[in-house]
Amino acid sequence: MNAPLVDRYPLAFRLYPYARSGDQDAPTATRHPVVIVGGGPVGLSAALDLGLRGQPVVVLDDHEGVGQGSRAICFAKRTLEIAHRLGAGAPMLDKGVVWQKGRVFHDRDEVFSFDLLPEAGHRCPAFINLQQPHFERFLVEAIARANAAGAQIDIRGKNRVDGLTVHDDHVALNVMTPDGPYDLTADWLIACDGARSPLRDKMGLGFDGRVFEDNFLIADVKMKASFPTERWFWFEPWFKSGSSALLHKQPDDIWRIDFQLGWDIDRAHEMKPENVRARVDAMLGTDIEYELEWCSIYTFQCRRMDKFRHGRVLFAGDSAHQVSPFGARGANSGVQDADNLGWKLDLVLRGQASDTLLDSYCAERVAAADENILNSTRATDFLTPKTEVSKTFRDAVLSLAAKHAFARPLINSGRLSVPAVYDGQALNGPDALPGGPARTRPGAPCPDAPLGSGYLLDQLTQGFTVLAINCTAPETGLHNLTITAKDALGAISDRYLGTASCAVYLIRPDQHVVARWATADAAQIKAALIHVTGVSQ
Amino acid sequence: MTLILTPNMSDADGFYEDLITAHDGLSKAQSDRLTARLVLILANQIGARDVLKQALCVAAEDVGAP
Ligand SMILES: Cc1cc2nc3c(=O)[nH]c(=O)nc-3n(C[C@H](O)[C@H](O)[C@H](O)COP(=O)(O)OP(=O)(O)OC[C@H]3O[C@@H](n4cnc5c(N)ncnc54)[C@H](O)[C@@H]3O)c2cc1C
Repeated sequence: MNAPLVDRYPLAFRLYPYARSGDQDAPTATRHPVVIVGGGPVGLSAALDLGLRGQPVVVLDDHEGVGQGSRAICFAKRTLEIAHRLGAGAPMLDKGVVWQKGRVFHDRDEVFSFDLLPEAGHRCPAFINLQQPHFERFLVEAIARANAAGAQIDIRGKNRVDGLTVHDDHVALNVMTPDGPYDLTADWLIACDGARSPLRDKMGLGFDGRVFEDNFLIADVKMKASFPTERWFWFEPWFKSGSSALLHKQPDDIWRIDFQLGWDIDRAHEMKPENVRARVDAMLGTDIEYELEWCSIYTFQCRRMDKFRHGRVLFAGDSAHQVSPFGARGANSGVQDADNLGWKLDLVLRGQASDTLLDSYCAERVAAADENILNSTRATDFLTPKTEVSKTFRDAVLSLAAKHAFARPLINSGRLSVPAVYDGQALNGPDALPGGPARTRPGAPCPDAPLGSGYLLDQLTQGFTVLAINCTAPETGLHNLTITAKDALGAISDRYLGTASCAVYLIRPDQHVVARWATADAAQIKAALIHVTGVSQ
Repeated sequence: MTLILTPNMSDADGFYEDLITAHDGLSKAQSDRLTARLVLILANQIGARDVLKQALCVAAEDVGAP
């Protein structure tokens, strides 16, 4: 405990240099309503969400900024919608490379292609590619803007949590800094300290799952190339640089290249630049000039904690669940954890909801994690058949798919991140809209749609919204959004009415549907709201 | 009747997972028996002799090197 602070990774951006805090000179540990440990994409999203709701938040990170080395690159539509709600979306969309199509090849033949957003009428694209350090930088910049407008989000660099004691009504923390240790207490602690979560270990909590016996070499190369901005994936590629390969464009002329190397490899040998280059040359041909920006070798695992809530400690992001990257479900699902948790913790802190609301965070996000783990496990099993028979079936799928369409949906190079629908969860209210579309059933995230000169999601507030289409919303004290017949043509009608002629939706602060009715009075809406918060207002 | 060669299965990923999991822990000989039994069961379900004949032809198109 209290070993000196040494960076575990070099920084891409030094965004929150260590600055001594008044808490370090306080005679007794200062108490904060919320402390977040870890300033990765998930901790930063949670801090921004709570800060914008008016909660003072302390974020402790053991580094002074964002680490170098590109990990996540694919950020999904739902993540961008959340970032947009948090005021961080626009720069991400500006810098990111927009894409929605993917092609899968076997040897030289294209065997499968997909389009992740075949319909129009959404502010955000299906996906952007953006290096994770930029994603995090944009969140830190949005935090600075929020603070300038009155939010109180205090990111403390080089503040490493070395110990914690969990009490019934608070958590006590021991923090190490360049000036030595100090203590803090928190009413609520959000542990966003990554897959190796020291907090999870200190609490003696398990993190079980599967390790996949395979190594992936990831190389980001800088080159001017005219490949389309599509995700290209090869099984058993003709250029033989790996048993599978991936090529995907990032901003600033950087391309993500990824080779599957197998289990028994000599890491040091494979990481030598000349050996990496030999594989890249075989793929791109020797006439393309490029620089190796960064490379690394990964093994992947799929696992999760049993429960994401342990009294006053809430786990979010990689600390709670880890997936293989085929499907881009890591950071994307972690940001959805933050989205799910922010409003719930805010209501609990305000005394406007009972603390059992936080159990629904655990239930909903565990279900989402299971869906993500299922999808990413299936993809990884397809990529790395673990027995001879599964390899035989895999090869049969690939050989049939070249000629016959029926086999193509079986090809799995990753099912890309989509938000979970909280089907069957305790917070859901009535589904009383005969003819209503399945995609907007209770538990579902609201699909975007054009509205006026903007978009529907922008009209949903940070609180609950009553959306009334072709009827008037009753007065409940909640934010009412009324859409009349002429605006409800097209996308809104397809996505929210189906064959119904009018509808009332109660929408959660994280833009998931609580309940929907053909018509509803104030009492019905209030009952659904009380069912969510556990408190009569 | 003609053999369906366009996608016709709901939850393809779920089926594929079940198919692979059914072979977990089996020896090569056991796996081969499982596959043989499964083919016979599915053939009976299909029933139509001409469809089965077409399926056999498509399956035999590309079985690779010996
Ligand atoms: C090769 C690769 C490619 C990927 N591609 C994608 C992708 O395309 N899309 C996607 O969505 N996801 C992807 N992921 C996953 C994604 O990178 C992670 O899911 C994401 O970083 C998790 O964010 P997090 O905030 O939970 O944790 P982290 O990003 O790990 O952040 C944890 C933070 O906590 C800090 N910390 C740790 N211990 C302490 C302590 N004791 N005290 C204080 N601070 C501490 C760390 O320094 C760090 O800043 C990929 C991952 C890999 C490896």
